[in-house]
Amino acid sequence: MLKPGQHDGEGQRVADAAQRHLGLTTGRVQSTALYTVRYPLSGEQLRDFATHCLQDPVLHDVALDEFRHGSEYKSYILVAKLPGVTDDEGISAQNALGDFLNQPLDTHTQHIFSKRLYFLEHELPESSLRRLAEDLLGNKMINRFEVGPIAQIRDYTPRPGGGAEAVTDLVPLVGLSDEELLKLSKDNLYALNLEEMRAVRDHYTSIREERQAAGLPQDPTDCELEIIAQTWSEHCKHKEFSAVIKYKDVDTGEKFEIDSLFKTYIKNATAEVNRQLRANGNDWLIKVFSDNAGAVRINPESLFVWKVETHNSPSAIDPYGGAITGILGNNRDPLATGIGGARLLFNTNVLCFGNPEFDGTLLSNQLHPRRIFEGVRKGIEDGGNKSGVPTVNGAIVFDDRYAGKPLVYCGTGAVMPMQLAGLDSWEKKIDAQDRIIMAGGRVGKDGIHGATFSSIELDETSPATAVQIGSPITQKLAMDFLILATRRGLIKCSTDNGAGGLSSSIGELATISGGAVVELEKVPLKYPGLRPWEIFVSESQERFSLAVEPAKLEELLALGREMEVELTDIGYFTADGSLDVRFDGESVARINMEFLHNGVPRKVLEAEWSKPTAEEPNLAAGLDYTDVLSRLLGSLNICSRESVIRQYDHEVKGRTIIKPLMGATGQAPQDAAVVRFNFESWEGVAVSNGILPRFGDLDAYDMSAGAFDEAVRQIVAVGGKLPNLSYGDGNFWSVNDNFCVPDSVYDAVGNPDGKHKLAKLVRMCQALRDATAAYCIPLTSGKDSMKNDFKADGVKISVPPTVLYSMTAKVEDVRRTITSDFKQADDVVYLLGETYDELGGSEFYQLFGELGANVPKVRFEEAKALYILMGEANDQGLIQSCHDLSDGGLAVALAEATFGYGFGAEVELPKGLPVHVQLFSESHSRFVATVAPEDVVAFEQHFGGRATRLGRVTPDSQLTVRQAGKTIIAASTAALRHEWTNGPVNRIIGFGHPETAH
Amino acid sequence: MEQTPQLPDQHTPPRPQHDDPGHEIVNREGQIVLPGYKSVDPGHESAEPLKSKEEQPTDNQQLATDNSKVQALILTGFGINCEEEFAAAYKLAGAEATIVHLNQVLHGHVSIHDYDILNFPGGFSFGDDLGSGVVLANKLRYRRNAEGRTLLDDIKQFIASGKHVMGICNGFQVLVKLGLLPDLSGTVTPEVTLTHNASGRYEDRWVKLKVNPKANSPFLKGLDTLEVPVRHGEGRLIIKDAATLAAIEAGGLNCLAYTDFDGSPTEVYPFNPNGADLNCAGLTDTTGRVFGLMPHPEAFLSLYNHPDWARRKRQNPNLSEEGDGLKLFRNIVEHVQSQRSATVAQPTAHQFLS
Repeated sequence: MLKPGQHDGEGQRVADAAQRHLGLTTGRVQSTALYTVRYPLSGEQLRDFATHCLQDPVLHDVALDEFRHGSEYKSYILVAKLPGVTDDEGISAQNALGDFLNQPLDTHTQHIFSKRLYFLEHELPESSLRRLAEDLLGNKMINRFEVGPIAQIRDYTPRPGGGAEAVTDLVPLVGLSDEELLKLSKDNLYALNLEEMRAVRDHYTSIREERQAAGLPQDPTDCELEIIAQTWSEHCKHKEFSAVIKYKDVDTGEKFEIDSLFKTYIKNATAEVNRQLRANGNDWLIKVFSDNAGAVRINPESLFVWKVETHNSPSAIDPYGGAITGILGNNRDPLATGIGGARLLFNTNVLCFGNPEFDGTLLSNQLHPRRIFEGVRKGIEDGGNKSGVPTVNGAIVFDDRYAGKPLVYCGTGAVMPMQLAGLDSWEKKIDAQDRIIMAGGRVGKDGIHGATFSSIELDETSPATAVQIGSPITQKLAMDFLILATRRGLIKCSTDNGAGGLSSSIGELATISGGAVVELEKVPLKYPGLRPWEIFVSESQERFSLAVEPAKLEELLALGREMEVELTDIGYFTADGSLDVRFDGESVARINMEFLHNGVPRKVLEAEWSKPTAEEPNLAAGLDYTDVLSRLLGSLNICSRESVIRQYDHEVKGRTIIKPLMGATGQAPQDAAVVRFNFESWEGVAVSNGILPRFGDLDAYDMSAGAFDEAVRQIVAVGGKLPNLSYGDGNFWSVNDNFCVPDSVYDAVGNPDGKHKLAKLVRMCQALRDATAAYCIPLTSGKDSMKNDFKADGVKISVPPTVLYSMTAKVEDVRRTITSDFKQADDVVYLLGETYDELGGSEFYQLFGELGANVPKVRFEEAKALYILMGEANDQGLIQSCHDLSDGGLAVALAEATFGYGFGAEVELPKGLPVHVQLFSESHSRFVATVAPEDVVAFEQHFGGRATRLGRVTPDSQLTVRQAGKTIIAASTAALRHEWTNGPVNRIIGFGHPETAH
Repeated sequence: MEQTPQLPDQHTPPRPQHDDPGHEIVNREGQIVLPGYKSVDPGHESAEPLKSKEEQPTDNQQLATDNSKVQALILTGFGINCEEEFAAAYKLAGAEATIVHLNQVLHGHVSIHDYDILNFPGGFSFGDDLGSGVVLANKLRYRRNAEGRTLLDDIKQFIASGKHVMGICNGFQVLVKLGLLPDLSGTVTPEVTLTHNASGRYEDRWVKLKVNPKANSPFLKGLDTLEVPVRHGEGRLIIKDAATLAAIEAGGLNCLAYTDFDGSPTEVYPFNPNGADLNCAGLTDTTGRVFGLMPHPEAFLSLYNHPDWARRKRQNPNLSEEGDGLKLFRNIVEHVQSQRSATVAQPTAHQFLS
C-alpha cells in the first residue's frame, strides 16, 4: 500500500470513474495490492520478501496478515481472479520469490496470488459496490469480487479443483432424430447445422464395423465430436465463403450461380494477378492463402509476412481480454508462418464500435459501447506495448449497429529471412515420426469453444469459458525463443494454437505428414480437473505447436530451459491417415483425416439483390460552411483520436517513419504509416486501411470498391507506387481482406432478409475482384467473420456488412515519402483527381441525419492513371505534401493539412459543381497536394487536367475558401484544430492531464 | 492448406547455399552473430558480401576479444524489447554491439567484464507486474550463480573498474530500483523511485530535454538540448526526501530536465509528460559513469524518426540525416576510445579520466 502522503493515482481514477460513469459518489478511494503467499516461509522470510521484493521502499508500506486502512474508510471491494485465470502479477511475484530465496520454485503450482483491494470513504450498499466492481474494476467472467462494509472484509483465493478427470464419454448419434441432432449441437455448442450433424451421424453409421474391428466404440467420443465441430466451424472452414450461391438480381431478372465466393472472387482473382505479375518479371508473390499469413519477397534475402484478423465475439463479452488476445493471437500468425520465427515489425488495428455516448437502455448482457471502446483500447495498448511491437496506425469507425458486436481487426507485419538454417523459410515440411512439441503457456479451461462460439450469434447466455486471457510477456518469451530456435535449425515448422487449440493446430499440421498421435496426459495444465476433450480444444493463449525432428529434440529442450519457455513433447506425426488422440494410453479420439477435413457437406445458399430506394435530400439553403466544417471536424467519425493513439507505442524498434500523427504540433493526421525494415537500408513498407461501411447502405459493391481504393490511395499519398508498372520492379503489395457481415443465411423466421444480406456479400466480393484486377494488386491472406449479430431480449443488433482492406506496399526509399501536412508558406495547393456529385453516405449528409443516394463510385482506369502520374511526380520530387480525401471531403482534408504547423491556406474553388458538393463530396481517388512555387510549371505540365489549382499555403493560420469572389469559409486553423482535438473521442478517453497534485 | 505454395521462379537471384549460412548465424551461446551487423533481422539488413564460414566468429570469446572496437553489451529477454535499436545505435556510433539473453549472463556463460559498456534497454521486463523494473532488479540483486555471486556484485565491480552502465526507460527503472542511481550513499540502496505518470496513463510523445550544465557524465558531454520520444507509463521520478533532493541537485545528478518550447525546465503537462520531481528525465550516479533516462535516445537515430522531419527537411535540404539520440552514443563510444588510448599511453592516468 502507499505510504501516507503519496498520491494514490489509481484510487483517484476509480473515484473519478465511479462518479463519471456510474454516478456513484465514493469519497476517497485507497488502492492496495494484496498478495496471498501459499508457500512455506518463516515469518521473517515473509517479511523480508515483502519489504525487499514487493514494496517500493520510497512509496510503499507493507502490512502482513492484516487489511490495513485509514479509519475514514467505510466500504471495501476485493478483486481476485477466478481459478485458472492467468495471474501474471502472481507469477512475477513467485518469480521474485524464487530469486529472493535463490531456489527454483516448482512452477507447476501457483504459490502466490495477486489481488487488488480498494477502500472507499463512503458507506455504499453492496449492490452499488458490486456494480462498481463489475463495471470498472474487473469482469465477472474472470474476476471474483468480494464487497461490503469494511468491518467484514472477506478474502478470496482460488483453490484449484480436484484431481484430473480422465473421463471420456460417448455421444450416441445413431438413430437420433433431426430435432435431437439439432438439440445436441446447440446444447454442446457444436455450432453445426442439421445437414452437418447428419453427415457426422451417417459417417459413424458407415464405419461401425471398421471401428469395432479396431477396438473402438461405435459411437463417437465427446472428443471426436468436439474435434469435428471445431474443424468444421465457420471460423475454420469458411463454409459460407465456400458455398454454392444462387444469385438473383430482382431488378434485372439476372440469375447466376457462384461456385464458392473464395475461389471465384478471391483465389482466382489473385491467381490472375500473379500471372500478370510473373509475365512482367515480378515474382515476389511467395505464399498466398495457404498458411497462417501471406508472404511476399522484399529482396533476395527476406520475406515480408502480413496478416490481419478479427476478434469480435470475445471483445463483445470481455473487451480487454478479447482485444489483447486478438492482437497477441494475430501476432502468432506471422510468427508461425512456414518454419516460423519471423520478426514482428508492426501492428495495426481497425475498430468498429457503437456510439460511445449512447444513453439508451442496454439489452441483457450487452456492454455499453463506451465500455467496449475503453476496454478494447486498453487491450490493444497492452498487447502491442508489452510485446515491443509498434502500433503504427489504425482507424476507429463508429456506427450504432456495432453496439451489439464490435469489430476488432488486428494486423501484424513481420520480416523473415528467405532461408532459415539452409531451408526455405516459408515451407512447412513434416515427416512421420517427427515429434509434436507444445511451446509457451499452459492449458486451462479458458477459451474452450472459441472457434465454434465465434461462428454463432451472441446471445445473453453466451458462455464465460469462451473468453480467453492473454499474457503478452509469456508470448514475448515464446517469441524470442522461436526466433533463436528457427535460426538454429531446431524446428521443422510451427503453427500457432489459436481458435480450436491443439485440435486445430495439430489437425492442420497432421495433414502435411498424413496423421498424428497425441498423448494428452503429457499436456501441462494450469490446474487439474480438465477432461481430455477440454485439453484438446482449449484455446489457452500464447501457445505454439512445433514439429521437431527427433534428433534435434534434446537441443531444442535445452534451449527452452535456458530461455525459460515451457516445452512439452506431446506426441508424434504419422502417415497412417488418422488423427489419434490418447490419454494414458486409452483412445480418446481416432478420426479419419480425410473425413475430418473434407467431409463437411457443402452449403447451398440463396442471394437476392434489389437496389435499395434512396433519394437525395433537400437541405436548407444558406448553410454557413465555416460552421459546417467545424462541426464535421468535431464529429465522431472525423475528430482526433490522439488520446487513443498516444497510449499506443507507435515507435518502439526505432523504425517508424510516418506515424499516425506528425508535424511540429504532433497533431497532423496521416494517411498511411511507413516503417523501414532495418537500420542499414532505406527500404520500408507503407501500411494502410480501407473501410467504409456507411456506403454499404447504398450499394455494397461501391462500398467495397471504395474501401479498396481508399487503402490504395492512402499508400499512393505517402509516396507508394502501384505494382507491376515496369518489368521486374519488385515493388511488392500484400493485401488482406477481412469480411465481417451479419448472419446472411436466409431463414424465414430467424433471418428473413438473409438473401439480401448475402447478395450484399456477393457484391462486395465482385468489387474486390474488379479492384484487384484493375490495380494488379494481389490478396495474400484474409478472413471472414459471418455471424456478427447480437441477440437479447428478443432484439437483434446486426453489424452493417463491413469489409476491411489492409494494404502493405514496398517503399524503395523511406526518405522520399510524403506527409500530409503543409510544409511552407506560398507552396501552391492543388486538388488531384475529379470531384463528382457524390454526397451519398457522406459525413456531410450524416450531419443532417440524411443518407442521400449518390454513393461515390470508383473509376478504376482514371484512378490508376492518376496514381501512376503521382508516382512519377514523386520520383521528380515535385510533391511537398499530400493528403487523401475521404471522410468530410476536400474541406476536411484542407483543414487537417494545416494542423501540423501554424499555416493557413487561401483557396479558390473552380466554377462548376455546387459549393457544398465541391467541399464535402467524398468522391474517391482524390488528393490535396502542395507544390513548391519553383516546381509549379513542371507539376502542371505533368498532371495536365488531372490537377486543379486551388490556391496557396499562407503563413497566417487562416483557412479561407472562396468561389467567384465570394468567401465561403473563413476560419482560424487554430480554432478548427481545437474543434477537432476536443471532439468526442478525446473527451471520452480524456487527455493525460495531471490529476490534482499530491 | 488450400493451395500449394508458389515458388519464386527463374527471376529469383541465387540464394545462399546450404553450406553457407547466409548473413545471420546464431552461435551456441544464443547470440546472433553476423559478419556485418549483429542485431535485428540481418538477412536483408546488410549489403556486405557474404563471408565464408571460416571467417565467421563462432563463439563469444572471439567476439569479445575483437578489441579494436568499443564493446557494448546489451541485455535482453524476459520482456525487454528495445535491444535492436539499442544495438543499432552503438553500431552507428562505431562500436560493436552484442545482444545477449539475461540468463546467459546470470548463468555465467557471458561475462560482463569482457565489455566496456553494459546496457539495460527498455521494454516491460517481467511485464512490470510488481512495478516497473522491480522483478529484474530483484533478480540482479538476489540470484546467485554457481560461485555464489550475484550479478549486482559483478556490476559493482564493473563500475568500480571505470566502466560504464546505461539504462533507458525500463532499463533506467531497473537501475533506479536496484539503487545504482543515484547511489549518493555508495551503498546501492534505493533513494528515489519511478512510478506511475501523474496522468495515470502510458504515453508516447516527443519531448525536449535540457542537459544540466552541472552534469558530469561522458554520455552528455557537449550536449545542451535533445529531442526524444518518451514512451512510458511509469516515468515519474519521486525523490525520497528533501535531503536526497538537495544532494541530487548539488551534484548535478539530475542530468536531464523536461523543458517547454522555450527550453526552460517545466512541470507543465505535456511538456513534462509524467510530473517528475525536479522535472527530471534522467539521472547519473556520482561518478557520471552510470547513466539512465526515461526517454528513448535510441529511437531517434535518424532524422526520419522525428515527427516533423518532412517540414524541417524542406526548410533545410542539407539538414543532417542523423538524429539527436545518436549523439549520446557517439559521446560514450568516443569517450571509451579516448580512455583506452590514454590508458595505453599513460596507464597510471586511468583513474583520473573517469
